[in-house]
Amino acid sequence: MQKTKSARIQQKQSEPAPATAPAKATGATMLGSQILVAALEREGVDVIFAYPGGASMEVHQALVKSNKIRVYLPRHEQGGVFAAEGYARASGKVGVCMATSGPGATNLVTGIANAYMDSVPLVAITGQVVQTMIGKNAFQETDIFGVTLPIVKHSYLVTDVNSLARIVKEAFYIARTGRPGPVVIDLPKNIQQQRTVPVFPETVSLRGYNPDLRASDAELEEVIKLIEKAERPVLYVGGGIISSGAADQLRRFVELTRIPVTTTLMGIGAFPETDPLSLKWLGMHGTAYANWAVAEADLLLAFGVRFDDRVTGKVDKFCEHGTIVHIDIDASELNKNRKVHLPIIGDIRDAIERLNSMLEDRPPVKSFSAWHSRIAELKAKGPLKYRVTEEVLKSQHVRDFMNGDATQVILPQEAVATLYELTAGEAVIATGVGQHQMWAAQFYNYKYPRQFVTSGGLGSMGFGYPAAIGAKVARPDMQVIDIDGDGSFLMNIQELAMAHIEGVPVKAMILNNQHLGMVVQWEDRFYGGTRGNTYIGDPSNRKQIYPDFVQIAKAFNVKCERVIYKKDLRPAMQRMLESDEPYVLDVITPHTEHVLPFIPAGRTVNEMIWE
Amino acid sequence: MRHTISVLVENKFGVLTRVAGLFSGRGFNIDSLNVAPTQDPTVSRMTIVTRGDDATVDQIVKQLNKLVDTIKVHDFRDGEYVDRELVLIKIGVNSQTRAEVMQITDIFRAKIIDVQQNSLTIEITGDESKVEKFIELMRPFGILELTRTGKVALPRS
Repeated sequence: MQKTKSARIQQKQSEPAPATAPAKATGATMLGSQILVAALEREGVDVIFAYPGGASMEVHQALVKSNKIRVYLPRHEQGGVFAAEGYARASGKVGVCMATSGPGATNLVTGIANAYMDSVPLVAITGQVVQTMIGKNAFQETDIFGVTLPIVKHSYLVTDVNSLARIVKEAFYIARTGRPGPVVIDLPKNIQQQRTVPVFPETVSLRGYNPDLRASDAELEEVIKLIEKAERPVLYVGGGIISSGAADQLRRFVELTRIPVTTTLMGIGAFPETDPLSLKWLGMHGTAYANWAVAEADLLLAFGVRFDDRVTGKVDKFCEHGTIVHIDIDASELNKNRKVHLPIIGDIRDAIERLNSMLEDRPPVKSFSAWHSRIAELKAKGPLKYRVTEEVLKSQHVRDFMNGDATQVILPQEAVATLYELTAGEAVIATGVGQHQMWAAQFYNYKYPRQFVTSGGLGSMGFGYPAAIGAKVARPDMQVIDIDGDGSFLMNIQELAMAHIEGVPVKAMILNNQHLGMVVQWEDRFYGGTRGNTYIGDPSNRKQIYPDFVQIAKAFNVKCERVIYKKDLRPAMQRMLESDEPYVLDVITPHTEHVLPFIPAGRTVNEMIWE
Repeated sequence: MRHTISVLVENKFGVLTRVAGLFSGRGFNIDSLNVAPTQDPTVSRMTIVTRGDDATVDQIVKQLNKLVDTIKVHDFRDGEYVDRELVLIKIGVNSQTRAEVMQITDIFRAKIIDVQQNSLTIEITGDESKVEKFIELMRPFGILELTRTGKVALPRS
């Protein structure tokens, strides 16, 4: 029975009906759970990260019979949703995760919030108690529709099995179009168990939702005029370039205009950082020269960005003297954080494409050579750098581990730079949140979109390792490495099991300083160095690294090596890179390093600490 | 600054919560809210009266537009719309005051819809200034109970 039905579906897929054809019932009845799986298959889903429970096991039963969808089993629902996001971020496809009702669903919440903040296309499916029990504080009942309302692009509580196929179709459409985001489908168990003759719609009709937004010709003409008038233009580009697939168009735009490019953290990889016109990324811990360039700019082209406070600092002083053009597909981002001179609603790939053809018809006369030499000066004045500081020499780390020989200290920045060198800049990098995240963004140069997978807006610790697993599933051809902190790594360490059992050869390099480094940095700068619960080693035995990641990994059957001395770093890293299975490299670093440059929150570029 | 926002939405469960959440999530109070289906039973119209600085209300309007279940949003400016509100008001009366209350009711073209020994229940419909004025005049007689629908509004064109 099952076989014939799935064959029928395959046949329908290979011969898609015309878009206008009304959907027809296929004849045979199916269970709600089977309809869900068939609908997922129709959306091209081949991977789902799902942790079963009472209210979702029916769907797992149906998934067992799917020969198109592979289930990856995380060891915590948060690991599952982060993996789905890593998959989505690395592939550009919609990530899919599933959890049971109640605690399973609430464990997804951080990941859903993360997808909302970082505009990640995600469909999160939750089991729900049977409809007759809803509202009765039933076992494992949570109103996840209500809980997630402020952090979803859209959500559904399925109340009729006959609407399920349509809802799945809509959910994927909403998740991936326009400004992407998370969609929750809450599916009561009795609906999973009901039978009906499904109707799989071919098209989506949502009168309240129009993601096809384009800038007008007049607006784009205005942009060209502003470029022609400018002397010191800067492109400030973000995640919108990556989600709309506009990296090639952007590169062409820069070829035509010779405008220097800085990206947001989310926009890393939108423009090759190895290009002479790249300023790398800007903001609180961005490059000094990107921040200076924006401060000196007379024209800022803000494409697919949202003027996040970590980028702007004191927002009304951000690019204070420049004319700002802001193009975004989300109208609510225009004039939200920063009042701009020319706000334009529209898809950024379409806008840049049309700007390019305008520029090709009317090539710019200016070459901005004075501005380029000014930028070269700024780059020479404040390059990203690191050195063994006094603080490092005096640190507990040197006393405890180096026997006073500071030449063997591994600085965290150096570990990232070495990884960059040994991978030739070709790896996909995921991160947790904190100092290591900033260093991973600073000392690795990214060339491609979707090469850097990080939790930007929400800043969710524990993101790195499961996201790296998802990214590796999406891009098995690429070396995928989680650069993590000891705090962040511990938050989803159980996913060593997913990596090992599911056979995902993902790598992790922990920059282990036994502290919550970013909070320590703030303590050092603003709180007189008082440690407020930011030491996460064992206070009764500070000479012993705690926890012992090598032992933990061993228990999961995952290879792990600890490196303390610089002389061991390269060979150990090489072993990690050459391994064809999951591998963890625990790199012990001093905790005394601060991430620089540093524009303290709410301050301006003039208050940047950079030396 | 007071704003009257009219929102056409899908007539589905959860939509009201989504809309209300955009206000509550920003610490905004809704002064009045009216929701009911339109001539198309699948579409409801909400009329929301709120206070807030223009930038924040502008942001709320954009967020309302972003909701998948929102079909159309209109942030009314003065003169662009007609509006009415219906109020039921129960006034305590005695033999001395009853006549005066009835007289004022008459002047305002309001309707007495229930008469009891010691009270009159009056229905008044009108724009905000008329309704407010009537309530103010009734206050000295003793308002026992009052309920209002909240403003409903339609664009002129």
